[in-house]
Amino acid sequence: MKSDDKSIRWVEEPPLGLAGRSYLPLLVGGMTTTLKHLVGPKMTVESPEQRHAIVDPLGYRGVHRLNRDAQGRVKCVACFLCATACPAHCIDIQAAESPWPDREKYPESFTIDELRCIFCGMCEEACPVDAIELTSLYDLSGKSREEMIFDKAKLLSVYDQTKDAEPMRSAQADLAADAARPDSGRRGEEPT
Amino acid sequence: MPLERILPSGDLAHDEPQEYLWTMNFGPQHPATHTTLRLVLKLDGERVVDAMPDIGYLHSGFEKIAEHLDYNQYVTVADRMNYVSPMANNVAWHMAVEKLMGIDVPPRCQYLRVIVAELARISDHLVCNAAVGLDTGAFTYFLYAFNPREKLYDIFEALCGARFTNSYTRVGGLTGDASPEAIAMIRAAVRELPKAFGDMERLLDRNKIFVDRTKGIGVLSKEEAINRGASGPVARASGVTRDLRKDEPYLSYSDFDFQVCCATAGDCYARYLVRMAEMRESLKIVAQAIENLPEGPVSIGIRDRASLPAKGIVYSTIEGLITHFEVLMTNRGFEVPCEELYSATEAPNGELGFYLVGDGSSRAYRARCRPPSFLHFALFPHLIRGHMLSDVVAVLGSLNIIAAELDR
Repeated sequence: MKSDDKSIRWVEEPPLGLAGRSYLPLLVGGMTTTLKHLVGPKMTVESPEQRHAIVDPLGYRGVHRLNRDAQGRVKCVACFLCATACPAHCIDIQAAESPWPDREKYPESFTIDELRCIFCGMCEEACPVDAIELTSLYDLSGKSREEMIFDKAKLLSVYDQTKDAEPMRSAQADLAADAARPDSGRRGEEPT
Repeated sequence: MPLERILPSGDLAHDEPQEYLWTMNFGPQHPATHTTLRLVLKLDGERVVDAMPDIGYLHSGFEKIAEHLDYNQYVTVADRMNYVSPMANNVAWHMAVEKLMGIDVPPRCQYLRVIVAELARISDHLVCNAAVGLDTGAFTYFLYAFNPREKLYDIFEALCGARFTNSYTRVGGLTGDASPEAIAMIRAAVRELPKAFGDMERLLDRNKIFVDRTKGIGVLSKEEAINRGASGPVARASGVTRDLRKDEPYLSYSDFDFQVCCATAGDCYARYLVRMAEMRESLKIVAQAIENLPEGPVSIGIRDRASLPAKGIVYSTIEGLITHFEVLMTNRGFEVPCEELYSATEAPNGELGFYLVGDGSSRAYRARCRPPSFLHFALFPHLIRGHMLSDVVAVLGSLNIIAAELDR
């Protein structure tokens, strides 16, 4: 840009004046601002008594859960897409032949190392059957490293704990509309 | 105070015997270095005769990691470069990747990317100015600057589900569309932030203590700014009229009416004022973008095979499911030409560029990052020579060095 371009705004130093050079008027002005904040609305959230209000609990990227299907079985089909998509390599899946007739594989063990996890949500994005999801639980802590390595049972128990507040993605209403009108979907374009 | 009066006998660093000069370590752990920066200062009493920046304390091999993560996964690392404005890094990274792959993102995605990049600029400038205030003794100012930043993080949380490490962009789009709540929050921020800026300006703009601490300190002339590769607010405060948003408009910046804020003084105070002015300009861009947000998808369609299809399509159609697997599987992935390119954006700190070499696979052969902090930290000895020890923090704060981006 040329220096006389019309879109340039030359920032001038605010004139200091007599008020600026003597401390007192600005001191009073500063105190007025501070006092206004003193009586104004408070920003501080008194955690843990108060909880941070999450705007969109379904979109929040907190602790993982493994979803169950209608019969209470794990939904995962051990396709390894989440483990492939994971940038932190924190998902470990041992696949086995499924005991149920409606699918071929299921995860014999499904482990997420919550200490390695960076909560990017790529596993949830990658899952083709809506089996792994991130919940809105954000204050995860434990007393040992072993405790923070979540196995299948623990991940399923997170689902039991959160299923009422946060329904599965595939159970949400907008998804059906998404499929019905593929051109207007999140990433929509009509499939060929 | 002019330099001659501070250093009456010429170049102290080289002319006179130096036994009496003190060597002092500043950092790597020091509250005013903000992150792990180390400076070795040579002192004559309280005057800084010379300074040597020592980098590498936060080196994490970010560029090498790019060779092992695919173009989508690496956005999580880009987050962690300038962690004060991760959204701007997300946008810069995926803009480079899309330029390499020849992808044009839909208009709604462009507008949303502009919005988050400008909100990131505001949050970055808030932190930087707050830190300058804090380092020069204005603690209240620091707290008032952090309040609006909290609102911005709430917006990021509503958009992408994380407050700090956003990872909002993907190849060819975004992780999700902005919900009506998020749009309402952005509108509210556009309304409320000027009030917070007003508070900040009232507290510090004409505060004599602050002006005395920053005016005439760390002066960077226009010639030196150009010669030493300064960019962003640091260069603009020295009178360099360069802003990539105007000079090489990317995304949809050419649609918006905004001004580039420049100053001529080139000192810490000018850098502070330019940042304050830029926040208001950024807010203008956000206001225009949110009111004219185009309808339509936020990611490219499934025929391009670069962006994951919507979940509804994956669950219900075979085409969607196949595309979903093809994008994610390591032996398929993205279609990348064997080419190299450099793509730069105007990040809050300056020119943030990525030099990418594609080798046909889903991972970059080389992803070099051009961080603004690196060049600005190299300026530091030039700026501090002849000033007092207490000016170190003012100059360091006004350059806004982010060590994670500096060391990568």
